[in-house]
Amino acid sequence: MAKGKREVPEINSSSTADIAFLLLIFFLITTSMDTDKGLARRLPPPPEKDAKIDNEIEVKQRNVLQVLLNKNDQLMCDGEMIQVNELRKKAKEFIENKNDDPDMPEKVAKDIPVLGGTVMVTGNHVISLQNDRGTSYSEYIKVQNELVAAYNELRNELANRQFGKDYAELTEEQQEGIRDYYPQRISEAEPKNYGGKK
Amino acid sequence: MGKFNKTGKKGIPALNTSSLPDLIFTLLFFFMIVTTMREVTLKVEFRAPQATEVEKLEKKNLVTFIYVGKPTMDLRKKMGSESRIQLNDAFADVSEIQDYITQERASLSEADQPHMTVSLKIDKETQMGIVTDIKQALRQAYALKISYSAAQVDKIE
Repeated sequence: MAKGKREVPEINSSSTADIAFLLLIFFLITTSMDTDKGLARRLPPPPEKDAKIDNEIEVKQRNVLQVLLNKNDQLMCDGEMIQVNELRKKAKEFIENKNDDPDMPEKVAKDIPVLGGTVMVTGNHVISLQNDRGTSYSEYIKVQNELVAAYNELRNELANRQFGKDYAELTEEQQEGIRDYYPQRISEAEPKNYGGKK
Repeated sequence: MGKFNKTGKKGIPALNTSSLPDLIFTLLFFFMIVTTMREVTLKVEFRAPQATEVEKLEKKNLVTFIYVGKPTMDLRKKMGSESRIQLNDAFADVSEIQDYITQERASLSEADQPHMTVSLKIDKETQMGIVTDIKQALRQAYALKISYSAAQVDKIE
């Protein structure tokens, strides 16, 4: 057999790279590395129409932490003007109520099996966040972030005390127990107009 | 061989590029996996506020987006520089949110409807007034699961 008689010429593949490049660039342009992350929140259901009168559930004064944010982005927490970075500590103290302070949220008995039976938790506390129409959004998110951070830190501390692990490493069941111990109760109240005309 | 030695003294042999396509394909697949198709063209400026405690949005197909911000530079002449709401590809009014949510919800399967999440992509320089209006509209539409879109940082400066 003569050499080279049966050989099919190879397809020139030097342009495959160019084709791949084209595809690559197409995908780079039309897609986005959208990292969808955010602060998850649950809104309260709308007020019922026929029950117009203020019959909000009575919440005891000691159970409420008022956080107000005015149109100049000034922050007031429990009647005191504070900076945003002090809020986390305040919120933690409020939620935890370590010394059973009568000014802090009352403790109620709650049965959480994972944490070893009945424990006393501040289950009725509410952090009420109110803002003005003129408040800037970035400041609002900062405050929201601090409040979530307070909860996360408390949960982490409890997880470390109870199970010797971080909250994120616990099993689903344990996490639920801890969430029951520190339920996230942030209320984004009905808007009000503070600080005069807008 | 003799021929090779002769030229080898003067020039460097060309680099073998036969694996270049494979390299590029690897890159291509990487990008195809980590990125998502852009669904809407942004008509508003959106820069996410910073936060440290963000959570990932779980199921992408259950998420509805609402963009809020100032119109982009080329649209400013027409729309002004007030903060605006963008739903899908068009500017919208607060009153249209309820219909939009109902529509989006109807497009989901019945089992998924309670898990619908609304992601609020709000520019950080927006004032809370418009945000409050949107929140009220969402409450009316019973879209109670929301997420304030934010960029993750280790420390807010």
